Amino acid sequence: MCLAIPMQLTDRREYDGTATLGGVRRTVSLLLCPDAEVGDHVLVHAGYAIGVVDASEAEATLALFDEGMRREVAAEARLAEGGAS
Amino acid sequence: MSSASPFHDPERVALLTTRLHEVAGTIRRPVTFMEVCGTHTHAIAAAGLRRLLPPNVRLVAGPGCPVCVTPVDYLDHALALAARDDVTICTFGDLVRVPASRRDSLERASARGARIKIVYSPRDALPLAEQEPQRTVVFLAVGFETTMPTVAAALVEAERRGLANFRVLCGAKVIEPPLRALLRDPELRLDGFLLPGHVSVVLGADFYRFLTTDCGVAAAIAGFTPVDLQGALLELLLQVAGGRLRVANLYPRAVTAAGNVTAQALLQRCFVPCDTRWRGLGVIPGSGLALRPEFAHRDAATIPVTLPEPLEPKGCRCGEVLRGTIAPPACPLFGRGCTPDHPIGACMVSGEGSCAAWFRHERHHAEAST
Amino acid sequence: MTQERQAEAPSGPVLLAHGAGGRASAELVRGLFAPAFDNPFLRPLSDAAVLPPLPPGRPALTTDGFVVDPWQFPGGDLGYLSVCGTVNDLAVSGAVPLWLTWSLILEEGLDMAILRQVVASAARASREAGVHLVAGDTKVVPRGKGDKVFATTSGLGVVPPDIDVGDHRVHAGDVLIVSGTIGDHGAVVLATRHALDTGELRSCCMPLHQLARAALQSGAEVHTMHDPTRGGVATVCNEVAQRTGLRIELDERTLPFRSEVLAVCELLGLEPLYLACEGRLLVWAPAADAELVVEALRACPGGSGAKVIGHTGPRRTGEAPVVLRTFSRGIRPLDLLSGMDLPRIC
Repeated sequence: MCLAIPMQLTDRREYDGTATLGGVRRTVSLLLCPDAEVGDHVLVHAGYAIGVVDASEAEATLALFDEGMRREVAAEARLAEGGAS
Repeated sequence: MSSASPFHDPERVALLTTRLHEVAGTIRRPVTFMEVCGTHTHAIAAAGLRRLLPPNVRLVAGPGCPVCVTPVDYLDHALALAARDDVTICTFGDLVRVPASRRDSLERASARGARIKIVYSPRDALPLAEQEPQRTVVFLAVGFETTMPTVAAALVEAERRGLANFRVLCGAKVIEPPLRALLRDPELRLDGFLLPGHVSVVLGADFYRFLTTDCGVAAAIAGFTPVDLQGALLELLLQVAGGRLRVANLYPRAVTAAGNVTAQALLQRCFVPCDTRWRGLGVIPGSGLALRPEFAHRDAATIPVTLPEPLEPKGCRCGEVLRGTIAPPACPLFGRGCTPDHPIGACMVSGEGSCAAWFRHERHHAEAST
Repeated sequence: MTQERQAEAPSGPVLLAHGAGGRASAELVRGLFAPAFDNPFLRPLSDAAVLPPLPPGRPALTTDGFVVDPWQFPGGDLGYLSVCGTVNDLAVSGAVPLWLTWSLILEEGLDMAILRQVVASAARASREAGVHLVAGDTKVVPRGKGDKVFATTSGLGVVPPDIDVGDHRVHAGDVLIVSGTIGDHGAVVLATRHALDTGELRSCCMPLHQLARAALQSGAEVHTMHDPTRGGVATVCNEVAQRTGLRIELDERTLPFRSEVLAVCELLGLEPLYLACEGRLLVWAPAADAELVVEALRACPGGSGAKVIGHTGPRRTGEAPVVLRTFSRGIRPLDLLSGMDLPRIC
């Protein structure tokens, strides 16, 4: 329920690291994402990385939406016809 | 997230909208979904998605704004602490203008000389505690499961650094009990939930299985872009139309099945569930978080203060707005005495409150249609 | 003479005595202010600056206060900002800025090095803007009753007889042109306050007299000009919309933002259209003249990023007076802000 911004981790120390977005750099705590690695994109909320972003999933999500538009509507049309008649 | 991202592609949004209408047309009854994330309320309003909904589909804004559901007595308690000479309050900016009893607020207290510092992170309170060992630094811990792990992490760090004067006033809420309570509400009759994107990063998609198994409603975890939101609404409609209810994770780029186990463990380490009051919903058992006994010395609630009798503003219908049973304009105070400039209730103060979002984004459109 | 002045340069912390009108005050004036701003109208250091007759046209007068925190930020400081802000109010009104007054309220204990820098910056801005600082005053308040340095200015200029700019001239069909990237100043100040490292980002603070003149001399029919300071582009548009009764639509696809500004906004939960710009010109002109204005601005230093960002039209029922057409081609209202734009967390 909160603002969390994806930033890229450009260096890290034991408990925190430096994350960047659009040329802005910020220290973020890695206490909640201890396994985040330099180069990862992390979601930053309230000064902490709360999760690692998997950019490859973006493509998959868009494909899912595209698919949802085609295949499932046809299936629903059949169900709707079956129920109405 | 920005500019020409495919998640903002107007053609995709238009196609999804067309499909939404087609699918809704096959469901020959009114359908009601609820979004339970304040950031979603804001994003939906900003993208103007409500006016794109099919006529038989209602999207209700639920109690997903932690600021909005913070009861008046929490703010009164914060103000009582702020009035102490030896206390510095650290708070997220969102709480500063929220009305406590008798129209007081942290903003007004600051104008009277109270030490109130707006912070972006609970961590930012720790250096203050270090610099001024003779003062007690109290962090106002308001939020859901996205935010509370960060508070837990700050508590653990305070222990590690021996900062005895750092405390929190716990106003945390957790999401499962209110979801169940809303589903039991006979006035609402919800068909499904648009689930919060970032709370889910912490909790994981599997957390919501109870919605399918126990509650039998549609559910979709969504991101925050127009394409994410429209796509999630389509998914919810397809679930209802086809009767195949499940928890669809449509934000896999951030949400995994198990969630963030480190964050979950930290929550467990510092907090236990407790009963807590929600503005407008009353007390919901097990819906809050309290500090564990091991952290009792960090509880700001044990600092002696005199607490006033809590007074909800007269005529304010925030409670019903938060439950989703009325839309903001139905409150007699909406736009008449209660505006973002002069908020009376919490729903108008918070940038993500339903009333604020409605006032900013829907008002002009709604005024034309009446 | 220069040697003598340099020997008098004040040092040590600012004391209450520096505002009391006695020897310490005189030291500040003769040792710091007078040499920095030196001009024939200031030199007498008398009770009032007696000016020559004004050039033909209508006098324009403005006043402003400066309390920016932090006092310095990447790309500027309170001194530079206070002169630019005043000059710009005159410039966007169509006036040639001529004379400035500069009044300071200093906090006891202020490091003299800060004052020296603020003065030097103000002097530099005055030279860049081609204005003379002709009168000033200094008061010192006890420690804790101020915040380092506050400045109040007034600026006098003249609007040439053939120039008539103002919101009264805006009509439906006008386009809105901005001279460069939006929100840089506001973003850098807020980022500095929140300890965000903004890399290359600098405040856009600069005098606008040249850009304003370029627009007015471009051959275009310039209707009105504004500098989007406090409250940003969105606030100026609301003011213009309110005064004209028209509708203004900005196109998100055309808005020029630096990536750092967008990032700061995302991180702090702010809206970039509400962030202050202190060196950007907004021009309203007929659509047919847009290219003339854009080219004239681009030919000036500080105007290379000039572009059309919106248009003006009749109000539409069911819509706010000022709207943003989003990337997804939806319409989003841009109302006036309530309270301060507090950084959001959720």
